Amino acid sequence: MKLNKILWVLLFAVSALFLSACSDEEKDASLTDGTQNATSGINDASTNGLNGTSGMNGSGMSGDGDYASTLGPEFNDPSNPLSKRTVYFMLDSSEVMPDFIPVIAAHAQYLIANPAQKITLEGNTDERGSPEYNIALGEQRAKSVAGMMKVQGVSESQLNIVSYGEEKPAAFGSDESAWEKNRRVEIVYQPK
Amino acid sequence: MSFFRRILLVVLLGFNTPISYAALTIEITEGVESAVPIAVVPFASQTAPVNISAVVNADLERSGYFKMMAEQSMPDKPTTAAEVNFKDWQALGQNYLVIGQVVDAGGGQYNVQFQLLDAYKSGQLLGYRMSSSTSDLRRTAHHISDLIFEKLTGKKGVFSGRIAYITTNNLGGKRQLQQLQVADADGFNPQTIASSAEPLMSPSWSPDGKKVAYVSFEKKSAAIYVQTLASGERVRVAEYPGINGAPAWSPDGTRLALTLSKDGSPDIYVLNLSTHSLTKLTKSFAIDTEPSWSPDGSSIVFTSDRGGKPQIYIVPSQGGQEKRLTFSGNYNARASFSPDGRSLVMVHGNGNDYRIAVMDMASRSINVLTGGRSDESPSFAPNGAMILFASKKGSKGFLSAVSLDGKMQQKLVFNSGEVREPSWAP
Repeated sequence: MKLNKILWVLLFAVSALFLSACSDEEKDASLTDGTQNATSGINDASTNGLNGTSGMNGSGMSGDGDYASTLGPEFNDPSNPLSKRTVYFMLDSSEVMPDFIPVIAAHAQYLIANPAQKITLEGNTDERGSPEYNIALGEQRAKSVAGMMKVQGVSESQLNIVSYGEEKPAAFGSDESAWEKNRRVEIVYQPK
Repeated sequence: MSFFRRILLVVLLGFNTPISYAALTIEITEGVESAVPIAVVPFASQTAPVNISAVVNADLERSGYFKMMAEQSMPDKPTTAAEVNFKDWQALGQNYLVIGQVVDAGGGQYNVQFQLLDAYKSGQLLGYRMSSSTSDLRRTAHHISDLIFEKLTGKKGVFSGRIAYITTNNLGGKRQLQQLQVADADGFNPQTIASSAEPLMSPSWSPDGKKVAYVSFEKKSAAIYVQTLASGERVRVAEYPGINGAPAWSPDGTRLALTLSKDGSPDIYVLNLSTHSLTKLTKSFAIDTEPSWSPDGSSIVFTSDRGGKPQIYIVPSQGGQEKRLTFSGNYNARASFSPDGRSLVMVHGNGNDYRIAVMDMASRSINVLTGGRSDESPSFAPNGAMILFASKKGSKGFLSAVSLDGKMQQKLVFNSGEVREPSWAP
């Protein structure tokens, strides 16, 4: 399940080669198009008592906008791995697939060069199985990505992890094409 | 960590719109062949705003135990025992007859009386007279259904119970509205007790039915809240770094079992709700989650992937040796005990299908009850006879109920949105 540090280092060595060799090659356009949450707005929560009794309401502002795309042209250039901010996974697995190692490596390098920049790694799963187990699985996926970044030298303080399990699908539908888009970690750059 | 900190919240008036996603329809997808013929004759003086005999008829039909006589097939509409010609009903193959009257007593009160009659013995099995306020008429009808059901099946009725569940409505783009709702067991009278643009999860009833614990991501990270239903007041009981999930009340209502990943991998903890002390129950390096208490409070079952795939394990609730319970199927998760403690219901996955299964605790044999591809979140009814679960067809999520023997299945269809994570009130 979890690769040890030495193996990660080896993977990064390989990934560096991979990065230089096929940086202009799209592995799977449908899966690595880098589109992120394009919405922004007010995030709120409220509660109510039964039978019309007044309840309570809490609200807070949240920015869900694609902040990364404002960081520089490299984040929007499809040939640059920084434009890819979603890492996909196999069913019930939290192991990073080789295709995504260069993507993670590129973001790690950016974070090392920009130590004030923070990101949130949002772990997600497909809809199958139990919701709370999927929360745990989504967290494992986010931690896999975080682990690779830390081995490269990214500071822990730059990395925030949240797992949404199956609760925030990127694609709706109950077939493999939707499921494979939902088994993912989103790399979300936080506004400074 | 600010523990049990009261959240500063603004009173919101007039938000509650109980009928907004109201009606839900119930389709009985499978019934027992041995269903008992019964006629619920329309009650007399139906000036009341609720058609009580129609509610009773729907309840009994929904249980799957009865074959209801259509109104147009009835030879007449007696409302007192003296008016009943038992031979007519026998000739039409009816075993039982329910008759009754609803009388407006003035001042917003109604007197409701009903009788359950045995068509073959030509006599009364049950007879009750009760008083009900206008707003309680539906509840009174469900109470009548409970009495009839128990008399005829020997099992407690669950028609007057409540269910909690989560609805998701997509508002376009990636915006969605999630609502935690509480409704009558037949889906009527849904009331939203919490809503958020971020996920709400895992509602769990307190044993006295007065509170619900749940997970909310409203602050973009997970936290567990305990909300008092009558007032809407709530308390945040867990907000640690990482996962705060899967709350489950102890049978005595003093503790919550929950999942936290603050120390690394997700583990099961027990939180004492009065002392606020937190005890770590499992310490594996794998995923441990979805705790659920045995009815006597002595043990907790949970899901763990320590063996590679998720399976069900059990541990004494005071801590101790952890034992694996399930060995059949490559995915067993989200187990909970039947009210008598003799069986466990769980999500059972084999290959691509996730179904609801029941394991007998004595023999450890597993019986798969449903045939869906994506059935999850099973919850026992308090009488132990039915299991409520979430199901999916296409991209539409809905609730279903299945009998413990798998022979009866019914589908609860909401008008809009996706419905998930049902939980039957104790």
